[in-house]
Amino acid sequence: MIRKPPRRHSLLTRTWHWINAIALIVLFMSGLNISNAHRFLYWGNYGYDPADAWMTVMRFPAWITIPQRYDLAEARDWHSTFAWIFALGLLTMWIGSLISRHFWRDIATKPSDWSLRSILQAIKEHLPGSSRIEDRTYNPVQRIAYGIVLGMFLPMMVFTGLAISPGIEPAAPWLVDWLGGRQSARSLHFIFSWALFGFVAVHIVMVLASHPLKRISHMIAGGPRAEDGTND
Amino acid sequence: MTDIKRRTLLAGMAALPAAACSELAETGPVGDLFDTAESWHRTAHRALAKRQALAPEYRPDQRSPDVKGNGSQTVDTAEYRAQLANGFTDWRLEVRGLVENPLSLSIADLHALPQQTQITRHDCVEGWSAIAEWSGPQLSILLDTARVREEANFIVFRCADRLYNRDYYESIDMVDAYHPQTIIAHELNGAPLPEKNGAPLRMRIERQLGYKHAKYLTAIEAVANFDEIYDGKGGFWEDLGDYQWYAGI
Repeated sequence: MIRKPPRRHSLLTRTWHWINAIALIVLFMSGLNISNAHRFLYWGNYGYDPADAWMTVMRFPAWITIPQRYDLAEARDWHSTFAWIFALGLLTMWIGSLISRHFWRDIATKPSDWSLRSILQAIKEHLPGSSRIEDRTYNPVQRIAYGIVLGMFLPMMVFTGLAISPGIEPAAPWLVDWLGGRQSARSLHFIFSWALFGFVAVHIVMVLASHPLKRISHMIAGGPRAEDGTND
Repeated sequence: MTDIKRRTLLAGMAALPAAACSELAETGPVGDLFDTAESWHRTAHRALAKRQALAPEYRPDQRSPDVKGNGSQTVDTAEYRAQLANGFTDWRLEVRGLVENPLSLSIADLHALPQQTQITRHDCVEGWSAIAEWSGPQLSILLDTARVREEANFIVFRCADRLYNRDYYESIDMVDAYHPQTIIAHELNGAPLPEKNGAPLRMRIERQLGYKHAKYLTAIEAVANFDEIYDGKGGFWEDLGDYQWYAGI
């Protein structure tokens, strides 16, 4: 039996992409609600006095939070429930990408991907008016961005989140130490959440900049199958 | 010590899904989903760490300058003022409920027990942390002296303070009740517990968030469940605002 060539986005990638998108939205918006409970960030293991804070966070308005009023208990319910979906989804995506070789084929960079020339070329091809979209694989800018998000931003959300839980610390005290203490872990959780927000904002702008409907439909239906085996 | 309590523990775990079911009726499938996620967290924490795995302890020089007073900062009664003024010589701590040998202890009685001192971190549900040295007898000593009966699944802490016209109270299961760092603290950083931190007695439940660490402690009660206690959710904040009963997240 001849296997059909793979689609641009595998079923795993598509399923994870949308589940993860929903989880990130709920986690981000409930996280803003939780942030309102104590709007001060510290480094080290302790911190309770606003005078010692390295940053005072703005009070996030109710319309941008889950739930749509200040409610720490319910926000924590949303947050710790969707944390499971987010963390198990990320773990599944990583295992699946390593087994299917999606990671090595499409995301891992070659030294030449980091050259200014290949980065500029990728940006040029993405600009409005460019007709290129059907590439089976990601361009160097995508590989670098997706690699940083999958390899650092998303896992760091899980690690820093776990480190804030007092019930996890007896099992993994090294995790809190590695992150520089509980309040440092809390600060890093905040920083990486905004790094992810930045990625998502740029990601959405890039999709809108070139063939948005086609790109979105590819992430739903999978996109065209590779015509020949050369990209696979 | 906890292994003797294994059956008690299993019974406690069996009682929790029942509590989750009554919640479902109240709050529907979303509330049920939240409760499931909470119990997964608790199960995962208990599976990853040994039952008696310790919260981290710190060196004296790693302590924070103070421990913020939060929630109740005093007990607003003339009786408490009088007790505070005379050094709590008349304060009683009862150990009661499903026990063979109920106790009524003075502060001096608690001082006469073997003492434990630990420098640990206090994490508030709001997000802040403080590090301090706490001293007092282990809860397990009191429970063993009072001889907790087999049918007890939880330990409830009764408090003198009131917030929003409700009595403060909290509860934990037998795993945390018999945890070696679970102590009844009467000293903070080597001095008698200050008023804002729960004088004369407060609980330390080191693997959970601050609202479990009941202050102004008056009684320790062994129970099978908390259906009949206030709104039945096992704690003041749990009743008032639907806070998570398992506060290890």
